[in-house]
Amino acid sequence: MMGQHAHSEVVGMLPEGNWITRAPSLRRKITLLSKVQDEAGHGLYIYCGTETLGVDRADLIDQLLAGTAKYSSIFNYPTLTWADMGAIGWLVDGAAIVNQTVLAKTSYGPYARAMIRICKEENFHKRQGYEIMATLAAGTPAQKAMAQDALDRWWWPSIMMFGPSDTDSPNTGELLRWKVKRHSNDVLRQRFINLTVPQAEAIGLTIPDPVLRYDEASKNWISGPIDWDEFFQVIKGNGPCNRERLEARRKAHEEGRWVREAAVAHAQKHQVRGAA
Amino acid sequence: MGAGGGSRTCAEAPGQGCRLRDRRTDGPTDRQDQWPLWEVFTQPPGGGPHEHAGSVHAPDAEIALQNARDVYARRGEAVSIWVVPSESITASAPSDAGPFFDPGNDKPYRHPQFYKTPRGVKVF
Repeated sequence: MMGQHAHSEVVGMLPEGNWITRAPSLRRKITLLSKVQDEAGHGLYIYCGTETLGVDRADLIDQLLAGTAKYSSIFNYPTLTWADMGAIGWLVDGAAIVNQTVLAKTSYGPYARAMIRICKEENFHKRQGYEIMATLAAGTPAQKAMAQDALDRWWWPSIMMFGPSDTDSPNTGELLRWKVKRHSNDVLRQRFINLTVPQAEAIGLTIPDPVLRYDEASKNWISGPIDWDEFFQVIKGNGPCNRERLEARRKAHEEGRWVREAAVAHAQKHQVRGAA
Repeated sequence: MGAGGGSRTCAEAPGQGCRLRDRRTDGPTDRQDQWPLWEVFTQPPGGGPHEHAGSVHAPDAEIALQNARDVYARRGEAVSIWVVPSESITASAPSDAGPFFDPGNDKPYRHPQFYKTPRGVKVF
């Protein structure tokens, strides 16, 4: 679970890294750059947690690059327009906050401590995303349409981020028993939907769910049926960008090799000088 | 994250103190192609003590400090950072915590609440 989470942070840099050079202003560019740097940091915090269990980061990264490790399916969707940067910050990071706020109280200390740090930082991610969406939604008709299109494409994958429904989640029972998870997938999904629907309304965007309705009795926004076939297809590696994401990771790992080797050579040289 | 990491070694030698995982001898997770692990301690502004923040991999102390800054102090969280090779840390064994801490836990007279004061007198 921690390995998958760490990988998700690392792969999560790719869809957004795609837009850093094309950000519409310097302000947007430095914030996006800073957010992507945070995601790298988040990956490292959690890998650091796995190492306290005796699992080497290098082994986990090998599994990721070999394609045998899982990461969050959301990052296998493409980022087609600038508005996707808004939708990711608002929805994907928003969903991650709902998940991680609860994980900050998880029973394994190193994981919980990493989550506390991550949650503080993710709040900036969500707000910068929502600001992008609000700005576009208040802009020209074409800008508003771009924002709506991004919401249309990211809404369903975002609510799928909480994982399969409780009736169909293979690991939830065991993870709840050990208090690694504190709430079930459906409870957290509902919490996220309830938070997000009014935020969409406030900026004049429409949640792409024709049967979404407010239930007075439970005070919940009740979502229409989720297409779980799509979810399981993306998990299995048949998402739009699965192959591209792993190729980008492998390329980055290989192209960084000379930096790692140079750092080792530098350290050895200094050790020799120090000894002399 | 340090103290929990050595439980495997600790279980083998309870009461002997406990080293964090020894990268040279601890078997299947030892990787020659990975930089050594350093534990990171950061001191927050305002005069608090250095506290364990996490760990980083780095080929030497200088780069460990730079990596620790980039990973654990991106928002002014620290005014000072210590990095220590993980394998240099000796930790108490979690399995041994009961008897190990017992000498401090069975002395209630070290706490002010142990002492009776006359009724109605404000002592503090």
